[in-house]
Amino acid sequence: MNCLHCSKNAVITLQHGGLCKNHFLNYFEQKVFHTINKYQLIRRNDKLCIATSGGKDSLTVLHLTQKYLEKNNIPTTNLFALAIDEGIADYREHTLIDLQKFCAEQNVQLKIVSFQDELGKPLDKAYPIINKDTQKKPCNVCGVWRRYLLNKHAAKMGATKVVTGHNLDDEAQVIIMNIFKANTKLAGRMGPISGIEESEHFIQRVKPLYFCAEKEVRLYALLKNFQVQFTECPYAKEGFRHHVQEMLNNFEQQYHGTKQSIINSFLELLPLAKEKEKGLLEEIKRCQHCGEAANKEVCNACLMKEMITRG
Amino acid sequence: MNITVLNEREHTTKNIILTGKIVSDLLNQLKINPEVVIVVRDNEVITEDEILHDQDKIELLSVVSGG
Repeated sequence: MNCLHCSKNAVITLQHGGLCKNHFLNYFEQKVFHTINKYQLIRRNDKLCIATSGGKDSLTVLHLTQKYLEKNNIPTTNLFALAIDEGIADYREHTLIDLQKFCAEQNVQLKIVSFQDELGKPLDKAYPIINKDTQKKPCNVCGVWRRYLLNKHAAKMGATKVVTGHNLDDEAQVIIMNIFKANTKLAGRMGPISGIEESEHFIQRVKPLYFCAEKEVRLYALLKNFQVQFTECPYAKEGFRHHVQEMLNNFEQQYHGTKQSIINSFLELLPLAKEKEKGLLEEIKRCQHCGEAANKEVCNACLMKEMITRG
Repeated sequence: MNITVLNEREHTTKNIILTGKIVSDLLNQLKINPEVVIVVRDNEVITEDEILHDQDKIELLSVVSGG
């Protein structure tokens, strides 16, 4: 197949036709910059914390956020990278090596914080203890602690936004997971900018790759020669998400545009969900143990930390 | 035709006797959803309609990664 815009061989087939390497790279970057502008994800005075893991999504979003700042004459010193080392053997250590190399090459400040140092144990050791009392799956524990540490350290370093590498597939999966589990309350917090409204307790998370399919992100990282090894979290297949991911990919194969349609439908409903949630917002407290935002007297992250301390 | 397939996700290299002609035939035969792989031949990314040749060496890079 030839490129839609020139005679070169296509590297990807999109709904409207094929694109060659150069036209794809341009299409992808314009899509990301358009998302940033349309949803005002980045403001001139923002200090940006890029949530990174060393995988394809975070390296891509780090590179393109930096490019966006340069393009708009915003000092790139307004940006730093933050990575969480969950302590998952034979997984995270590989991506962190790639990340350290990437940040050194791109001249980006990188901070790495770990579950071990911050919460007492790596996920591999903490999860079985917490699971005994709560039946929580590793992804539940990991999710709470990751969000907790991201918010805490981004704030500590003066960030006004956390930029994440969530892509179209991630978002479509979460929308479907929330519907399947009747977690409709969470809907209003999603979208290209997280949260119901700006809050002093939470740093807003923004998603420049919101409209980029996972396949497009992998292709972009490959064509840009980013060092990305194939790594898969050993716990990923235990999660509910994995099943939804497979289901959506099967649907996409049969009915092209399924994931995009899920996102488009959701964005139509998002203002209504945000409006509804605004009226139901509970007062956010400060955790008695760590001082971070909490719904109860003690936040979930500290409750789980207590469980592993008790053993 | 004989095709060598390197599968990144499974860390395997297999020799396949392909009954079809193009990339989508190969993916079909291997029961791999095109949504989850990028197909590479001679360091070039190729699309599903690309014609394959005997003795081609194909890499299947995984789109899905992470946790």
